[in-house]
This record gives sequence, C-alpha cells and structure tokens, in this order.
Amino acid sequence: MKKYKDIYPDENGKFGIYGGKFVPETLIPAITELEEAFKRFWINNEGNFREEYYRLLRDYVGRPTPLYYAERLSEELGCKVYLKREDLAHLGAHKINNALGQALLAKKMGKKRVIAETGAGQHGVATAAACAKLGLECVIYMGAKDVERQKLNVFRMELMGAKVIPVFGGSQTLKDAVNEALRDWTTNVRTTYYLLGSALGPHPYPMMVREFQRVIGKEIKEQILKKEGRLPDVIVACVGGGSNAIGAFYEFLDDDVELYAVEAGGKGIETGMHGASLCAGEVGVLHGSKIYVKEDEFGQIEESYSISAGLDYPGVGPELCFLKDEGRIKPVYVTDDEALEAFQILCRLEGILPALESSHALAYAIKLADKLDKDDIMVINLSGRGDKDVQTVAKALGKEI
Amino acid sequence: MKLSEKFDELKNKNEKAFIAFYVGGDPNLELSEKALSVICKYADIVEIGIPFSDPVADGITIQKADVRALKSGMNPLKAFELAKKLNEKFPEVPKVFLTYYNIIFKMGEENFVKKCKESKISGIIVPDLPIEEADSLYNYCKKYGVDLIFLVAPTTPDDRLKKILEKCSGFVYVVSVTGTTGAREKVAEETKELIKRVKKYSKIPVCVGFGISKKEHVEEICKIADGAIVGSAIVKIVEKYVDENGKIKDENEFLKELEEFVKHLKKGTKIKSKTKEKTVIKNI
Repeated sequence: MKKYKDIYPDENGKFGIYGGKFVPETLIPAITELEEAFKRFWINNEGNFREEYYRLLRDYVGRPTPLYYAERLSEELGCKVYLKREDLAHLGAHKINNALGQALLAKKMGKKRVIAETGAGQHGVATAAACAKLGLECVIYMGAKDVERQKLNVFRMELMGAKVIPVFGGSQTLKDAVNEALRDWTTNVRTTYYLLGSALGPHPYPMMVREFQRVIGKEIKEQILKKEGRLPDVIVACVGGGSNAIGAFYEFLDDDVELYAVEAGGKGIETGMHGASLCAGEVGVLHGSKIYVKEDEFGQIEESYSISAGLDYPGVGPELCFLKDEGRIKPVYVTDDEALEAFQILCRLEGILPALESSHALAYAIKLADKLDKDDIMVINLSGRGDKDVQTVAKALGKEI
Repeated sequence: MKLSEKFDELKNKNEKAFIAFYVGGDPNLELSEKALSVICKYADIVEIGIPFSDPVADGITIQKADVRALKSGMNPLKAFELAKKLNEKFPEVPKVFLTYYNIIFKMGEENFVKKCKESKISGIIVPDLPIEEADSLYNYCKKYGVDLIFLVAPTTPDDRLKKILEKCSGFVYVVSVTGTTGAREKVAEETKELIKRVKKYSKIPVCVGFGISKKEHVEEICKIADGAIVGSAIVKIVEKYVDENGKIKDENEFLKELEEFVKHLKKGTKIKSKTKEKTVIKNI
C-alpha cells in the first residue's frame, strides 16, 4: 500500500499537482513568515506550543470528544455505527480546533489583529471565541446575504467582541468573504493574521489546518482500538472545504480503512445547483491554491449551492483533491433531500440533532450500510450540532416555528 | 509594437509612459471598444483586463467592472478579438493583458500565449501568479516572444526581487502601496524606496501602479519611475455613468469625460527639463 501520511505537501506546498501559493506578490512574504512560524511553533514545538495547544483543547474545548456507539442506528442499519461527537466540542463544531490553534500561533507571532472569513458563521464564532480567550482583536468578513441569513451567529460573534463586516461584492456569500479577507490581509499584512477556516487557500494553510484538525482522527483511532480492539472498516465525513474530513481521515491514510468524502449534491448534480467540486468539478485555481473547482468553460468560478451553508463553497482543499486522484478517498455526494431525511433519522433514533453538514455524511452512511455486514464498523464524523439549522430544516419541511 | 521599442521611443521624446487600464467588456463589448479606442489616443501602453469572477488582487472598483463585463457576456475569446481590432486601429500602442491565472490555466498556457502572439498582445500580467508558480508560463512567453510582466511590492525582500527581475520582461510593475488596487490620495514613501531597489538590480523599465488617480501623482511618479499605471481612477468614470442594469445613460458624455481625463493624465508624463529631473532623483 502506498504511504501518504507525513509526506505531503512537498517543499513547494504541493500535494501532487494540487496546492501551491497563487497569491499576489504583496502576500508572499506574509505567507513565508507564516510558514516559518508554523515550523517553529508546531513542528519544532518552540516554547512547548503543542502542550499549550493540547491543554486548551482539553480544558477549553472539552476534548477528547466521545466516540459514541449509536445502538439504535446500528440496529436500523445492520452494522456497527460509531459517531465521532465533534458536535460536543465547545461551540458545537470541529471548527474550534483550528481556530484555537491558529489564534495561538498568531499570538506567538506577535500579531495583535486577527481577520477571518465565515459562511454560515461557525468558523466566525470559533475565531471570535479564540480571539476573546487569547485577547486578540478580531474582524470577521461575512457575505451580506449570510449576515442576513445567520443573524444569531452574527450576534454571537459580536457578543464575543468581534467586529462583523458584511461583504457586498460578488455573490455576497463565503467565496466573496474570502476575497475580502484576502484584500484586508494584503493591505494590513504587517500587523494582521489571517485565520483561514478550512484546509484551503495558499500553502501553508491546507497543511496547517489539517494539523490542527488531525486530533479528530487521532482520537478516533485511540477510541476505536479501545472499544473494538481493531480499526474501523469505513469512515464517512462531509466535505465543504474539507477540514473535518481531512482531520478525520488523516490518521488512517496508511491503514486499510475505506474513506468516504461526502459532498453537497444540492438539488442534484444535473441541475448545476450543488457544491460537489470533487465529484463534478474541474481542476482550477481559486483562493491561492490549485484544486477542484466549480467553474464554467472559461474558468470563471461558479456559485455553489447547498441547503447546508458550511458545504456551500465552489472548491475543495488540495489534499483531498490529490487523495481523490490517487484513489485513496472516495468522493460521493448526497442531495439536500437525502440530508434532510438523515437529519430527522438521527433525531428520532438517537436524540441527537446533527448539523446539516454532518447530515450529509450520515445520509451517505445510511446508503452505504446496505453493503456492510453486521460486524463491520463504520465511523461517521458528526462534525457539528444542528441547533443552528433548526430554522432551515423547519422551512424545508414546510413547518412554522 | 514591442514594449521595449515603446520605452525607447519615449526616451527619445523625453517622455515617460502613461499606462492606462480598462476592463474589456465593461460595461459591454461594444462600448469597451469605444472607450479603449479613446484611451489608445493618449496612452502609451494599454492594459486590457480580462475579467475574472474572483479578482482578489483588485479593489472593489475593478471587481465591479469585472462583474459588469461578465454579466454582459465577456469572455477571453472576445478579449482576443477586441485586442485584434484595437491593434488594427492603433498598432503603435502596445497592449498587454491583465488577468488571473485560472483564466490562462483553463485555456491552456501555451494556447493562451499563442493567441496573445496572434492578436499582437505584447505582454501578460497575472497578479495571482508569483514567481514560484510561473516557470511554465514563462517558458511559453519566451517561446512566443510575449513579455511576462511581474509585480513587485514594498514587502518584497531583496533576494526575491532579484529572482523576479531575472524573469521579468517588458517592464516591472511596482505596487505602490501594500494593498489592492484603488484610487488613493498620496504616493507613499515606501514606493520610492522600492523603485530605488529595483533600479539597483536591473535596467528594466519600472512602472508604478496601484493608487494613482491624479495628474499630480503621475508627475510625481514620472520623476522617479519610467511610467505610471492608472486603473481604478479610469474605471471609476464608467461607474459614474453606468446604471444598475449596466447601461450607460449618456454615451457621448461618458466618452468625453474619459477622453479629457486620459488626455490630462498623459500630460503628467512629459519631462519638463533634463536638469530638473536629475536634481529630483538626487533628492530622494
């Protein structure tokens, strides 16, 4: 079996042909500075950075999150189903792992101002919390449409001292929030740290975010060995930009475990209204990195669509793109309707409200279970909790609340 | 016309280069051809933007222009047609394309550069393609004799600057402020520093862009550099005349104001006397 762990990216920040640093010249020194700082503090563990980070994960985030044996779901599906409960992490999603790691790095680098982009607001909330905790100034860029759709998260960020700036350019969603954050960084590069929320963007971000999310897979491995005495057969995770998926998969890349990356099929791939760049996109360059993107015949990036805001992005991080081409992960997709159905199934059978993002992983897991035997072990990464999505779900089901 | 020939010609006339930027297809193909024709009458070099959906190196003014152009159906193939037409009318004004890497990557690097050659495009500027990622495009540009113009910023360290200058041809695009494009009030001190650094390592013409919006800026820049690039301030004129649907209310007024503006800016590039220029350079 070919090995993948701790080999990529190469010295140029490439995962095979993917990744790289496609950014304006002004940002190159900032990215180089970040690369060096990451090496110093994370790889060389200067000033016991890792211990400080892991202590925060334990005491502030509440890690390790449980690996929960979902008994009734297992019965229903006819195989052993475990849920990795990232929904129980502080603020209700895996996003905090990365936000905290990078905010700590920003502080060590002496940067006083942190900027970030957010779509639905989960990464924005996690960044605002990490900045509050570490005493850093925090500015969040958010598409004007998302500000309107996610008022509750905007208020949460503001409560934690962040300044939320609505972005009116382009499609007024996540993609444009990234553009605007990159512009801010280009202008204020000397004083500002850009805290990117997914395993995307120019090198070293995809590697750095993966390292900070890697804890998910590390815990799964320890926990499943303890509970079952063996590795799982299958791990399923949803993919927007790909941070929870690469985090859950990474420890298992060199093991005999099937890895399913579930994308947002939206209203169906054939309608063009989806967020499935691995399944239906083409290789292009977006936000500093060569990746699979959703684009037209001339290379213009197209708007993505998903009922789940966290999967509504027209690209996927470079490492997952590489692993797709290598055949190491299996990209699949489920539609809005299938995700909604899975959302309700988990509520009913386990009393857990999953995020709509995680409901995509769940929906595919339900399909996949047909092919599994009753002793086969499936781990589903439950990347976040669904309280934030209750309004959306009610609306989609035609209920008024 | 080649960029180097243009800079030689300007030197003989005792002038610096006025480089004007305009987005092809803004607010539609036909009108952008008219606007660019007006610009070609006064500009020494014309930069034609091929619009991209996510122009991260540009400020809001140019992003809006890109959106207008894309909405009107602009695409890279039409940009080549546009360049051809302009070249028939104004062969003495070199034209360069400014676009983002995904547009070139999608078309295929060689295909793109070949098409540039065929439509007599003298150079290419790709603001999101740093030197590390540029090897293969650079090789195609060399093969077809098209200049690849790189950007350098005040944050670019010396060793990196040297590497960029080795590959850069036509002229080097000095980013005058750390930031995205957009009209600003004053020319920053750090720009002057950067120009001095470039001049130390290379004889390539140095042109300054990002934040130049007035004739006074052009004059100031032309005292210390070989040319001034004006983008957002020109595009702002379109913004002034265009309505929500991308229609220009008064075409003649628009073209008149555009003409007056570029004519006025070009005046800033004429060197008043050689002795004066020398003292200015000494004072920096």
